[in-house]
Amino acid sequence: MIEIKHLSKTFDTAAGQVAALQDVSLSINDGDIYGIIGMSGAGKSTLVRCINMLERPTEGQVIVNGQNLGTLTPAQLRAARRDITMIFQQFNLLMQRNCLQNVCFPMELAGVKKAEAQKRAIELLELVGLPDKAKAYPAQLSGGQQQRVAIARALATDPKVLLCDEATSALDPTTTHQILSLIKEINKKLGITVVIITHQMSVVKEICSHVAILDGGVVAESGLVSTVFSAPKSAAARRLVFPGAVDEKISDPLQEQRVRLVFRDSKITGVPLVARLASEHGIMANVISASTQAISEEVYGSMLLGIPKGQLTEAREFLSAFPNIQYEEVGEHV
Amino acid sequence: MYKNIFSPESIAEAVEALQTGIPFAIWETFYVTVVATLLALVLGLPLGVLLVAGEKNGVLPLPAWLLSVLNTVINLLRSIPFLILMIMVFPLSRLLIGTTVGTTATIVPLVVAAFPFIARLVEGSLREVDPNIIEAAQSMGATPLQIICKVMIPESVPGLISNVTIALTTILGYSAMSGIIGGGGLGKIAIDYGYYRYKYLVMYIAVILLIILVQVFQSVGTKLSVKSDKRLKG
Repeated sequence: MIEIKHLSKTFDTAAGQVAALQDVSLSINDGDIYGIIGMSGAGKSTLVRCINMLERPTEGQVIVNGQNLGTLTPAQLRAARRDITMIFQQFNLLMQRNCLQNVCFPMELAGVKKAEAQKRAIELLELVGLPDKAKAYPAQLSGGQQQRVAIARALATDPKVLLCDEATSALDPTTTHQILSLIKEINKKLGITVVIITHQMSVVKEICSHVAILDGGVVAESGLVSTVFSAPKSAAARRLVFPGAVDEKISDPLQEQRVRLVFRDSKITGVPLVARLASEHGIMANVISASTQAISEEVYGSMLLGIPKGQLTEAREFLSAFPNIQYEEVGEHV
Repeated sequence: MYKNIFSPESIAEAVEALQTGIPFAIWETFYVTVVATLLALVLGLPLGVLLVAGEKNGVLPLPAWLLSVLNTVINLLRSIPFLILMIMVFPLSRLLIGTTVGTTATIVPLVVAAFPFIARLVEGSLREVDPNIIEAAQSMGATPLQIICKVMIPESVPGLISNVTIALTTILGYSAMSGIIGGGGLGKIAIDYGYYRYKYLVMYIAVILLIILVQVFQSVGTKLSVKSDKRLKG
């Protein structure tokens, strides 16, 4: 269990103090795959570096498995870090060591005997699907293969937590998918808690069970992926779920009120909503956009309608009556 | 001045020098250069490491005053012309070797002149190590010493080898100067024959041999550096 309590981080720069994180509180349960998503500059990387104290928080606490990392001595912290390992966007392998030596590296640091370390490294390279690359150097591998070696290296000390800092951002979509599948497999097989930092919505959708949306150093929203994404409340979440929100700019706002419907349940699509609006209420709704997306194995839809302003009250009554539809009037300002 | 450079007498003299003094001079130059470089490396490598690791955001931050003392000493030693430095370190040579003349005694000023140079070269090589790799090692619980010995130095080996090669050829050049204070080697031959006795042919031979030595050191160094670099095995 990772508890982040009222964490703030301020950087002193030439231009004055910059608050990278402000009063961030999160709790991440064992075995979760927890996504932290945000635009660049939102403070994601700082947050993940605070989890293993590569970055010292200015205020607040990080408690991992009951241990307050901020109060540990340097030696205790180094020991704690063997339980909280990390993979990176640029893989950060040792370029002058071959794959086997790279995977052995954290064990070497921990004082594991060489023969024992090599045996385990070979097993780990098999686990990540690179049993034949033990003697290859990182420069000879593709990005995806390098990340696999980095994952094997991160698993070498039997960690409880794996931190992924934009681990798939430098990879193409197919490789991203393969690496995410591997991380998911590791999470299931070894029960390791995974924290994923990303700016890619697709990454969160594909493997995360929980998500926190970070916006300007503040947690805008957090919780189960299904809850957060089916009914995004914060502006930051809405930007991610309805990227650009360009559809809201389409219809003529003088004559129509734009209404966003979010379907929280796939069964509701059995109701022909637009047709019923027309036939039962005589409301000629203008369908501006509609989409369906899969978020962690469940399906969600959203629709943007233009309702003639004169009939808005009637339409609101009809649409709000469905329990699994979130009804929301969208203004020009959004 | 060069009128009689290829006269039968000077050729005969050159042949004699090649058979008697020169082979040993080559050995002396080689020995002085290699030993001085190795000793300078022993001092310069840790110093270079301290310059990088000891910075405010380094892996082993040192007090700011200590770092600036180190930097000042290095700059100071590097600003003294070698010819003068050789004379200035006489007391040190006497203390360490017991004498100020002779081939071995010239190793002392060479080391004093070369270790600050090597420290700067090492500093440059270590700065090229990707800070993200150092961060990765920190995230795995590496101690500062482990980061220095297992990450910073091994990762910069190709750069270190090519920089040590630069140092080696520079020290070779300096060692030629030490003929003035009674050191042996090809430099002494060139000065003795060319400057004191106007035997230019022998001087040229000594210079050509020095050039060949530099070429050999440089090409071996470059080969080793390239061979050691695992990033290039694409």
